[in-house]
Amino acid sequence: MKWLTTFFGSSIGKKLLMSLTGLFLILFLLIHLIGNLQLLKNDGGMSFNIYAKLMTTNPLIKFISYGNYFFILLHAFIGISLALYNRTAKGQKYAVAANNNTTWASKNMALLGTLILAFIFIHMGDFWLKMKLDQLPMVTYPGIEGEIKDLYFSVNETFKQPLFVGLYVIGMIILAFHLQHGFQSAFQTLGINHKKYTPIIKTIGLAYAILVPLGFAIIPIWHFLMK
Amino acid sequence: MSEDIKLNIKVWRQKNNKSAGGFETYPVNANEHMSFLEMLDVLNEDLVNQKKEPVAFEHDCREGICGTCSLVINGQPHGPNAGTTTCQLHMRHFKNGETIVVEPYRAKAFPVLKDLVVDRSAFDRIIQAGGYISVNAGQAPDGNAIPIGKNKAGKSFESAACIGCGACVAACPNGSAMLFTSAKVTHLGLLPQGEVEAERRTEAMVAQMDKEGFGMCSNIGACEAECPKEIKLDNIAFMNRSYFKAVFGGELE
Ligand code: HEM
Ligand code: SF4
Ligand code: FES
Repeated sequence: MKWLTTFFGSSIGKKLLMSLTGLFLILFLLIHLIGNLQLLKNDGGMSFNIYAKLMTTNPLIKFISYGNYFFILLHAFIGISLALYNRTAKGQKYAVAANNNTTWASKNMALLGTLILAFIFIHMGDFWLKMKLDQLPMVTYPGIEGEIKDLYFSVNETFKQPLFVGLYVIGMIILAFHLQHGFQSAFQTLGINHKKYTPIIKTIGLAYAILVPLGFAIIPIWHFLMK
Repeated sequence: MSEDIKLNIKVWRQKNNKSAGGFETYPVNANEHMSFLEMLDVLNEDLVNQKKEPVAFEHDCREGICGTCSLVINGQPHGPNAGTTTCQLHMRHFKNGETIVVEPYRAKAFPVLKDLVVDRSAFDRIIQAGGYISVNAGQAPDGNAIPIGKNKAGKSFESAACIGCGACVAACPNGSAMLFTSAKVTHLGLLPQGEVEAERRTEAMVAQMDKEGFGMCSNIGACEAECPKEIKLDNIAFMNRSYFKAVFGGELE
């Protein structure tokens, strides 16, 4: 197994882990968004609460979500260690900054990532912890067996506060920049750079980087304005 | 024809590898048809006449093919022009009265030896690790004696244009040598003579590159923007593929 440890110790091996975990998180965000869009339905939170129950009780989804926590932490851990290593590998900076056409995001992935991590912790404290710690009121719906947790209530309470609405919107702007570079970069790391496909990947990547964070950000804004 | 220009050269002076360096500014009267290196020659003549130590910088062919010249000029390796080495950069691209900041390449794997001279022997060791073909490939073969697709030949030729100057490392905010190493891996790996040992080569060269303390690639693209031979990022993708193939598809020795 020495070959495998050598591989994951190599620069390209570590970047492969960044790419694969990043792509997994991209897929996760899309599914997360589709679920969250239930919050925009005008049914007093019924479909959202049913969705939230499914997400926290279905064994398969539970399994995937533990994988998800692990991948976020792995991605963050390798990402930060790469950035620290790269800083020492550069050593002294230039007196004059270059003005080549590279993106700001590509040079600040670790900063953006660390802010995303902070956001994730705040976000988990807001909703995930409340769901786990049974601090939520219970509701019943016709046709659904038993009582289920009213996470919708908690979402509403949180997004009554302008501070949280602002925080979530800023969090999504940060995510958008991380994805602006990250989406297409993950494919380059995988070795996919092709005259036919790369322009398509870049277009989809940009669309994703704008639309998915926008989709997430609309929810707190909509709740704030409508309720 | 007004051809003379007056410049201020703000240049990094450093006695040796151990000492701390700093900037000095010197006035230079140059001619706009001079290359950047000829302008530095004029500066050095002035310094020698004033019994001062001339500025150490590296140069050899002065025609853009050897990869010896370096320098970071106003924040850009090989100066402001795309696809141009410092020796091929002419003073007409600067304005009369301008102050030009000249720094050595910065990267931990390229330590400064003196003034603008850095130690690029890490590149030599990457080449020694695998940047060759083990058997004698013989004389230039007859045209079409070895069948090879036009695109492959063309791509290999483009990668072979890398002169090993190190501007990619200098430009990279991470001090990564991926563009250089991947240009060599691609150049040799695409041709029938080099393809045979492509995977072993990639593994060995990547291992040496990591050992030298170069940073890791974040796909920023500053290397591609500054490379005087316009080596492209798809070389890095080729090397990554070759590396994955070597690690996951190769035999255990
Ligand atoms: C849901 C959130 C996130 C998603 C979807 C995501 C996605 C990605 C993707 C796709 C890449 C490109 C990988 C590559 O270049 O091969 C990337 C790079 C990176 N991510 Fe994230 N990421 C997320 C969160 C984080 C967090 C929490 C950190 C924590 C520090 C982080 C730090 C980094 C760093 C430093 C890089 C650059 C690695 C490099 O190229 O050197 N990311 N991310
Ligand atoms: S890839 Fe370009 S910048 Fe890097 S060493 Fe080769 S010629 Fe110089
Ligand atoms: S001196 Fe040879 S490339 Fe510039």
